[in-house]
Amino acid sequence: MAGENLLKVQGVETYYGNIRALSGVDVEVNKGEIVSLIGANGAGKSTLMMTICGSPQAKTGQVIFDGEDITRLPTHLIARKRIAQSPEGRRIFPRMTVLENLQMGANLDNLKYFKEDVEKIFVLFPRLKERQSQRGGTLSGGEQQMLSIGRALMARPKLLLLDEPSLGLAPLIVKGIFEAIKKLNQEEGLTVFLVEQNAFAALKLSDRAYVMVNGRVTMSGSGKELLANPEVRAAYLEGGRH
Amino acid sequence: MTTQAENTSSGLMAKAVKEGIFAGFIAFGMFLLYVGIETYQNIDNQLVWRTRWGLLAVFVVVAAIGRFLTVAFFKPMVDRRKLAKAKTGVLEISSEKSFFHKHFLKIALIALLLYPIGSVMLFGPQGSLKYVDNFGIQILIYVMLAWGLNIVVGLAGLLDLGYVAFYAVGAYSYALLSANFGLSFWVLLPLAGILAGFWGVILGFPVLRLRGDYLAIVTLAFGEIIRLILINWTDVTRGTFGISGIAKASVFGIWSFDVSSPNYFPKAMGLATSSAWYKIFLFYIILALCLITAYVTIRLRRMPIGRAWEALREDEIACRSLGINTVATKLTAFATGAMFGGFAGSFFATRQGFVSPESFVFLESAVILAIVVLGGMGSLTGIAIAAVVMVGGTELLREMEFLKLIFGPDFTPELYRMLLFGLAMIIVMLFKPRGFVGSREPTAFLKERKAVSGSFTKEGHG
Ligand SMILES: Nc1ncnc2c1ncn2[C@@H]1O[C@H](COP(=O)(O)OP(=O)(O)O)[C@@H](O)[C@H]1O
Ligand SMILES: [Mg+2]
Repeated sequence: MAGENLLKVQGVETYYGNIRALSGVDVEVNKGEIVSLIGANGAGKSTLMMTICGSPQAKTGQVIFDGEDITRLPTHLIARKRIAQSPEGRRIFPRMTVLENLQMGANLDNLKYFKEDVEKIFVLFPRLKERQSQRGGTLSGGEQQMLSIGRALMARPKLLLLDEPSLGLAPLIVKGIFEAIKKLNQEEGLTVFLVEQNAFAALKLSDRAYVMVNGRVTMSGSGKELLANPEVRAAYLEGGRH
Repeated sequence: MTTQAENTSSGLMAKAVKEGIFAGFIAFGMFLLYVGIETYQNIDNQLVWRTRWGLLAVFVVVAAIGRFLTVAFFKPMVDRRKLAKAKTGVLEISSEKSFFHKHFLKIALIALLLYPIGSVMLFGPQGSLKYVDNFGIQILIYVMLAWGLNIVVGLAGLLDLGYVAFYAVGAYSYALLSANFGLSFWVLLPLAGILAGFWGVILGFPVLRLRGDYLAIVTLAFGEIIRLILINWTDVTRGTFGISGIAKASVFGIWSFDVSSPNYFPKAMGLATSSAWYKIFLFYIILALCLITAYVTIRLRRMPIGRAWEALREDEIACRSLGINTVATKLTAFATGAMFGGFAGSFFATRQGFVSPESFVFLESAVILAIVVLGGMGSLTGIAIAAVVMVGGTELLREMEFLKLIFGPDFTPELYRMLLFGLAMIIVMLFKPRGFVGSREPTAFLKERKAVSGSFTKEGHG
């Protein structure tokens, strides 16, 4: 069913108190795609991710997921529509073991698929298997990121939201994580919406991409187009990196 | 090599002597006015003062010697132990546990079941009162309260400083409903729990958005509000006079513990008339209540709601993005914790036969919270140990008549209860910053269980 629309963000405006963080954002993600959102620090990327999840909610505009308006749904019900997020800063549970963290990602009321899904994640990230009974807080940054993605995958998501998975990680580890995302997309057909400051890696991986500046989407196109675009190159790729 | 060791050891001694003398001076300065000088009223009702040099000297000497021993022997010993531990390797996944360690819970349970029988056999019915009532029941009430609060603070991570309010709701529910409607303990016990749980939800609603210190302040205020209502709503609660003559618990409605009753339990059993049998009966009730609390806590931890509590303690935002209803999760934590507080409260009322607002002051909340923290937030075993040490310790103080020989005949050890409580807390937190049992038992496994040692519990970053 590739090509069919899965997520549609229409004219969304989000406020923190009186401060407008998003001003009329339109973004679309189709089934089976990897779409990325790049932009400088403070552009509003994380805010868009959180708005999709309903915390904070959009003041105006709509978020439509799988043909259903989820703009006003409480966060935990949005998550149950199988939108899973690996949030900015990973946010794993530090005192729980790796396995318990993964369990929190699964449907807690129905752990029927738990073992099967954990095994899948251990194939994707063998490091997690070695560390399964270690506390989350004692993992390295890269392992924590793998755990955060793994935990999100436990919900068997239709849409995976990743907020800066490369943040603070060594290039080699970033490469490994991006390869895992690619693999999930190609082998499982998982739809991924990726936020990144690491524009080069993100654009290379993505089918399509959006550029966000000050709460607005200023450019969009295929990953290749944006990679070749002189404005994007100047701002985010050559010396423009923060 | 040897000379070096000797050098350091003599250097250590010199340091210890120096620090000991210094501590003595500080103690002298600190206690000169409080202990060295005493004011009192003479026969003419004049306020006059006299000195107590002997007592002051005792304080100074204890401080000096204590400091000397700490620096010279105790600290090096602890350091050596730590070093030895570090050398043997960081991962102490000890599969070789001692027999006692492995069967600790079973041994403890059997000991508790035999405890009243043992005290009666050793000290006779009248002599057993002290051990069963003052120690046994008193400690178990605090174990139950601390386990109940543990659900809120230890598992869900919601700092509640007003827990005693639910204890009060339970106690007054029993006292009032029993006095006004003549309902029996066995009907009112669950009812008191339900009512307290209901009040837990009432507290939960307004504080849903609060965390940490803000939450602590609001819960503290809640505890005080309940107490003030109990004091001022005199028509119902009889204010500071309290409610007395609360009915005793019966043996499931079959036998009674009223001496005048035709089916007086000891008589039916052919035992001597003594209040000891009632206390022993109460001991088993509170023991059963504690076991129920522990069982429910252990079961809940393995169920979705318990997992959600623990996740909530760790990271609320992550919880929401994982589809956990944080509102329902917090409310159930408050309600469940409050419910156990209510059970304990109704038990307290039937045991005392008397309730008044005096019993539900903030200090009680603080003591219960201290037990939870000392035990190592979340660990049932640790909390039970902490309750035994802290409550049992302060009860023991009453027994220490010999202290009067040192501090003079006016010395009342109970008055130093809080001082000792505080000292004990500081000492435990210095040596075991995560409480008696700091490690957390994981609840997810693929194959066999693997114990995770304490060294894994340190949080790492990066
Ligand atoms: N919780 C918050 N309260 C108030 N302002 C916020 C909050 N989170 C983010 N902002 C503001 O919203 C803007 C967008 O932030 P964010 O979405 O985190 O940007 P990005 O993820 O692109 O770095 C910034 O100006 C930031 O200061
Ligand atoms: Mg961000």
